[in-house]
Amino acid sequence: MSVSDDVGLGWPRWRRSWWYHATYYAQTWRGSVASTVLFPIFYLVALGVGVGHLVAKHHGLVDGQTYLHFIAPSLLATTTMQLGESESLWPVLAAVKWVRSYHAAVASPLEPRDILVGKLSWVTTRAFGTGVVYTIVIAAFGGLQSWWGLTLPLIGVLITLAFAAPFVAYAAAVQSDASFVAIYRFAIIPMFLFSATFYPVSAYPGYLRPLVQFVPLYHGVALARSAAFGHWPLLATVGHLTVLGSMSVVGFLWGRWSLQRRLVD
Amino acid sequence: MVDLVLTARELSKRFNEITAVDRVSFTIERGESFGFLGPNGAGKTSTMRMISAVSQPTSGELTILGLDPRTDGPEIRGRLGVVPQEDTLELELSVRLNLEMFGRYFDIPRSTLRERATELLAFAQLSERADDRVEELSGGMKRRLTIARALVNRPEILILDEPTTGLDPQARHLLWDRLYRLKREGVTLIITTHYMDEAEQLCDRLVVMDHGTIVATGTPRELIAHHSTREVLELRFDTDSHEDFHARLAPFAQRVEVLPDRILLYVDEGDDTLRQLHAERLTPMSSFVRRSSLEDVFLRLTGRTLVD
Repeated sequence: MSVSDDVGLGWPRWRRSWWYHATYYAQTWRGSVASTVLFPIFYLVALGVGVGHLVAKHHGLVDGQTYLHFIAPSLLATTTMQLGESESLWPVLAAVKWVRSYHAAVASPLEPRDILVGKLSWVTTRAFGTGVVYTIVIAAFGGLQSWWGLTLPLIGVLITLAFAAPFVAYAAAVQSDASFVAIYRFAIIPMFLFSATFYPVSAYPGYLRPLVQFVPLYHGVALARSAAFGHWPLLATVGHLTVLGSMSVVGFLWGRWSLQRRLVD
Repeated sequence: MVDLVLTARELSKRFNEITAVDRVSFTIERGESFGFLGPNGAGKTSTMRMISAVSQPTSGELTILGLDPRTDGPEIRGRLGVVPQEDTLELELSVRLNLEMFGRYFDIPRSTLRERATELLAFAQLSERADDRVEELSGGMKRRLTIARALVNRPEILILDEPTTGLDPQARHLLWDRLYRLKREGVTLIITTHYMDEAEQLCDRLVVMDHGTIVATGTPRELIAHHSTREVLELRFDTDSHEDFHARLAPFAQRVEVLPDRILLYVDEGDDTLRQLHAERLTPMSSFVRRSSLEDVFLRLTGRTLVD
């Protein structure tokens, strides 16, 4: 029996895991595409046009922008954060505990790190796709004021990775999903509301402002605004990139450790 | 010249304080079907995970297909098929897609996979269910699909962990029949089970495991001949305590085992012994003569039954 043609060590192994996720998604994508396109339109109409009308009447511009243009980039940031969360917590616990598809994968030539890289590369692929759709919608509402706006999908990729990496690591380490709802209610939702998403950080009293900078999503929102408006304050930008980059790197290393423990040891 | 596909020497696996596998040694030849028989918690699954090149031994030497799992894990796993204790199928996807998607983990070209999936579906008697979602299948069908999936890379060794646990008798026999066919095709089978009939049916050679160690090795016939008598006389008395009969029955048998609900007498000719008992007015409420099985070997070696 010839087997040499099946060993196939030439193709980087993590890409096989990426392909597995992509094939799975290709079977189940229809619902998510509709919401990816429709959600930002609803959001920008309701908040940008509706609330924006009130803001314009009473206050005028926000940080020199119309309200719609001010909140449009934060929409991309919050959505890519939630993508990083929703694609990582339950699906990963299912893959290590309920459906056990990662256990099946480590019986093939894949190593735990191939599974991790495949997973994160797939989630960021989706983040890029979502980012492209959102960038087009934002542009259609006149929200891009610079060619830098074209980097918005990449900002989305970074935000998704910064959340997905630690969430994958965490989900691979726990025994039940009991904490996931708490994470959603007490971390994701507050971040969505309080990361200077709907108003500038100057709306907070002075003593609260430094606190906001501890919120990871704040850095994503700030980067997305920089991209949309083409305005990159050097020191702040380096800070934002460092925070999100560190979350990605630390999350990745933690994920390698926890998947190794869960699947192999 | 014996072609060994697997050699384990003094293999151990420890988890913190617990020793799951304690210095086991065995060899497996190409083309044979080799079994690990033992109760739950005997260390079978930990052993399987090591010889699947998934988990690393804590100590000892392990060679699989001439390779070292510490350094050549991906290459070894590319030549193995693994059927885990619990099915790990994608329930929302079709039967066929489950095979093809798993095949991509081995980097098998898509056109090859399409043909192979068709062959494997026929082998697993699932051709007509190819486009159904896996969640619609029965337990036996899912099990056969898991086996088909483990064959997608044409493995030289197929490792099955408790392959028929939870299946009804008909589904078990159907599955055994598929495994015989693989064996005839030259695939080396490695099977764990806590069913002695499964071990007797499927295994050319087996080891009996208990508390992480190997307590006996041989063919089913050798093990029975060496550790038990030819026949077993099973007796039930009208009593609250079978233990009371132990001393009175001992002179009639090579060995007596008292179980909660019955007494086993290990003898060469069960019917002769029964006649002697009647002659001595030791009349049981019911009696039954049978051949010795691996269950008796296990009871002899460990003092416990296989299935609690």
